Amino acid sequence: MTAAQTTVAALPTRFAGARRFARAFRGRPSGVAGLVILVAFSLLALAAPLFIGDDELDVTKVDGPLLAPPSAHYPLGTDQSGRSVLLLLIWGSRESLRIGVIATVLTVVFGSAVGIIAGHYGGFVGRILMQVTDWFIALPSLPLAISLAAVLGQGSMSITIAIAVTSWTATARLVRAQTLAVEARPFVERARVLGAGDRQIMVKQVLPNVMPLILVSSTLTVAGSLLSEATLTFLGLGNPADVTWGEMLHEAFFGGAFTAGAWWFLLPPGLAILAVVLAFTLTGRAVEYVLDPRMEKK
Amino acid sequence: MTDIDTRTPALEVRDLSVVYPASGGRGPARAVDGVNLSVGQGEIVALIGESGCGKSTLARALVGLVKPTGGQVLYQDTPLDYSAIALKQYRRHTQLVLQDPGGALNPKQNVYDAVALGPRLHGLTDRLPETVRNALAQAGLRPPEDFFGRYPHELSGGQQQRVVIAGALALNPSVIVADEPVASLDASVRGEILKLMLRLRDDLGLSALVVSHDLGLAWNIADRVAVMYLGRIVEQGTVEEVLLRPQHPYTQALLSVIPSGAEDWRPTLLTGEPPDPTAIPAGCRFHPRCGRWAAASADERAASGCDRRELPVLAPDASAAACHLLSPTALETA
Amino acid sequence: MTTDTVKNEPLATEDAETASALLDVRDLHVSYRQGGRTVPAVRGVSFSLAPGDTLGIAGESGCGKSTMALGLLRLHGAKAQVSGEVLFRGEDLLTTTWSRLRAVRWAGASVVFQGAMSALNPVRTVLEQIVEPIVLHDKVSAKEAERRAAELLDSVGIPSRRMRSYPHEFSGGQRQRVMIAMALACRPDLIIADEPTTALDVMVQAQILELLAELVRESRIAVIMITHDLSLLAHTCDRLAVMYAGRIVELGPSRQVLDSPKHPYTRALSRAFPTIGDPASRLAPAGLAGDPPRPSEVGDGCAFAARCSEVTEACRTGEMLLWPAGPGRSAACLRVRPDHGGTS
Repeated sequence: MTAAQTTVAALPTRFAGARRFARAFRGRPSGVAGLVILVAFSLLALAAPLFIGDDELDVTKVDGPLLAPPSAHYPLGTDQSGRSVLLLLIWGSRESLRIGVIATVLTVVFGSAVGIIAGHYGGFVGRILMQVTDWFIALPSLPLAISLAAVLGQGSMSITIAIAVTSWTATARLVRAQTLAVEARPFVERARVLGAGDRQIMVKQVLPNVMPLILVSSTLTVAGSLLSEATLTFLGLGNPADVTWGEMLHEAFFGGAFTAGAWWFLLPPGLAILAVVLAFTLTGRAVEYVLDPRMEKK
Repeated sequence: MTDIDTRTPALEVRDLSVVYPASGGRGPARAVDGVNLSVGQGEIVALIGESGCGKSTLARALVGLVKPTGGQVLYQDTPLDYSAIALKQYRRHTQLVLQDPGGALNPKQNVYDAVALGPRLHGLTDRLPETVRNALAQAGLRPPEDFFGRYPHELSGGQQQRVVIAGALALNPSVIVADEPVASLDASVRGEILKLMLRLRDDLGLSALVVSHDLGLAWNIADRVAVMYLGRIVEQGTVEEVLLRPQHPYTQALLSVIPSGAEDWRPTLLTGEPPDPTAIPAGCRFHPRCGRWAAASADERAASGCDRRELPVLAPDASAAACHLLSPTALETA
Repeated sequence: MTTDTVKNEPLATEDAETASALLDVRDLHVSYRQGGRTVPAVRGVSFSLAPGDTLGIAGESGCGKSTMALGLLRLHGAKAQVSGEVLFRGEDLLTTTWSRLRAVRWAGASVVFQGAMSALNPVRTVLEQIVEPIVLHDKVSAKEAERRAAELLDSVGIPSRRMRSYPHEFSGGQRQRVMIAMALACRPDLIIADEPTTALDVMVQAQILELLAELVRESRIAVIMITHDLSLLAHTCDRLAVMYAGRIVELGPSRQVLDSPKHPYTRALSRAFPTIGDPASRLAPAGLAGDPPRPSEVGDGCAFAARCSEVTEACRTGEMLLWPAGPGRSAACLRVRPDHGGTS
């Protein structure tokens, strides 16, 4: 009876918190718009294999006109191999989003762990961790990606790693600063007096209070990762066999679409990147606003 | 009421000192500089002092949050062991209640989780809901179930402090160290929380050390008082002795600034620099601000030696004041 | 009796005095917009203050005492709606222009805030910060303003060699002294001190209060002092107003209000501060069960009824007014109302 009562008493407020979040989020139209765009792109990317096959993507199997302008059959025209740009765009979202999301997860997990540990222990451990972080900040992403591509081969893996290695430092710094602020609050001292060890304090006390910040920073990191992916692939570090938005831009630029005035090949991947980056940023800003505890007082 | 047994103290410190290393161009800070103090079983001791006198550091040393640089903390006559395992074991017996109840509760945890935190950390999860319910009821939050799912920001300051106290009670401790437990609460709530502390002593036989700047609090709930100045206890004794017949000039000054009912209320204002633990004066550490020293003639000053002679550290449960100007005869006539 | 018809008006006799009053507050309301609703924080407060008067305002956090005091000078900006009348030297501060109001804020009535560190500009020396309003308002030369600033700082106990120090170089008590000097810079007729000693040690608190009392005696400045500590006010203020849930519930000479409170809330509040040596409070702390109502939850009847030990049925429905309760005194409790067999 007692345990059941506890959960019954505790659960409604948990859901109430989520409901409150949803209600507040709905009050931010720009965030809702961003979220809608993200959901649309994700659904399209997930559903792509249902209507796009090798027949449409394999250069050797397609039979469309080369670099044809938009028409009824090819709403966004074709590329120089005769593939539909619309289908390329949809298929490209899969790899682009995957690289962006995986790079972000790596960045956020590693960066948060370093940030919390550095902030919690301070002293010698904290100083060493922050010095390593500073060293990574100085690391230029482009030469790093080029060397990684040389070692691991061209393709999404080297690009993902290059993005993660260069962007975790920002998260680490942010999380460390927030950890220091949280650790200074009395409830951490209370947990310690109740018998909590370092790990329990970091996981149970600090992490939940740093989480909103991590969430916000990760939406912005995804946006940054997508842009980095496009940049690195455009510069030729991607695998030519993959279809990504950066790869499309690369082929359009170096394959003669630019000189041929084939704007329909050049523009869509650029606009798609813009739309997704903007959507992530808008969602992130809205989440940041909604999670700000000071908002309730306004 | 539980009998107060001061002969076997629940918690005791012997010649305790805590020195913080030098930083920012200042010398090392002697926050606690030689303190003997004991809290008997079922006894409430008030530790009174101004900010910067080292009272909060002393409180944290008592619960093992700050490791002393000298001296000992003894729990039931056993010196405190600072290994992680022993320290965790010690946490079940001695708990700390902090000043700011709003800050002492994790905003992401509801009341149930906040109170269950201690038992969970110690693996005491059998019949956990019952433990939490009892702790909340003991802390005066009734019916306890109504509070389980609530979050700190949904509670008033007094309720928050009760949740913090319930969190400490859930471990069934024998000593509570409270650092300014009512300083951030409203006047009406203050009395309610103090009543609760008295009741816990009577019902559960809890011992308590209450750290405060407020002498009225000592009058309200304490059995004994220790007055601290710049890292040392300058006067201690029963509440009646210290508050009604203060011996030390510092205690007298502290008492004089409390607005009294008298029309001719004239506070004795202390002047001079505020006490600084990085620069403790030689001799009696209070003499630069002492009214009697300031009024003394050169001969009297030379005879007293307030600015040269070190004062002995007061014994843990003696009724005494550390002042060169208090000769035995002065004590009788005061 | 005429006062029964005038809402929350302290005393009939004071109506005649308002002509000479420095400050005359009539039926002041302050409400906030919160989450789409209007929350009344101050619900009809009236009092008046003659030159040199000292009025203490006491009450628990959330009772509206600070909101009320800041509302007098419209210091809430656009966040709050303020209505009623605040006549300062006969001029209604609630309807006057912002430029007039700015002039009044420094030279007529100035405020001492509680957080001296956040109220002082950290990157400018205290001297600069005091000189600025003097030059701005009194249109004197910088040299003259500096001389006056030095005099002021000296009068609050800051030696002239420290005038060119920055706020962080001072202790909390010294910063509060600087704040008082700043408030005095343009020779105001009224000082509103909002919890001027709350964050300070008892010893420093006593020093600051002594300083304020001395300044008032010398210059006949009127003071409104707001604090939660009733016992402090009794010594620094001639009159005392106790606020609860946005209204004044008791008003009268400080000593009398403290020694023989008419309102049960005042009684509970004054008991909460023990007198050392009083056997009644030894090992017997006095409190008041329950919490004050949130401003958004105040309903009909007496707002204190839920926590009152002497509550009657009539308390829960009737309109509470400040009824006269002896010479110069009034209380918003049914028990002092004449037809209830009260004291007057």
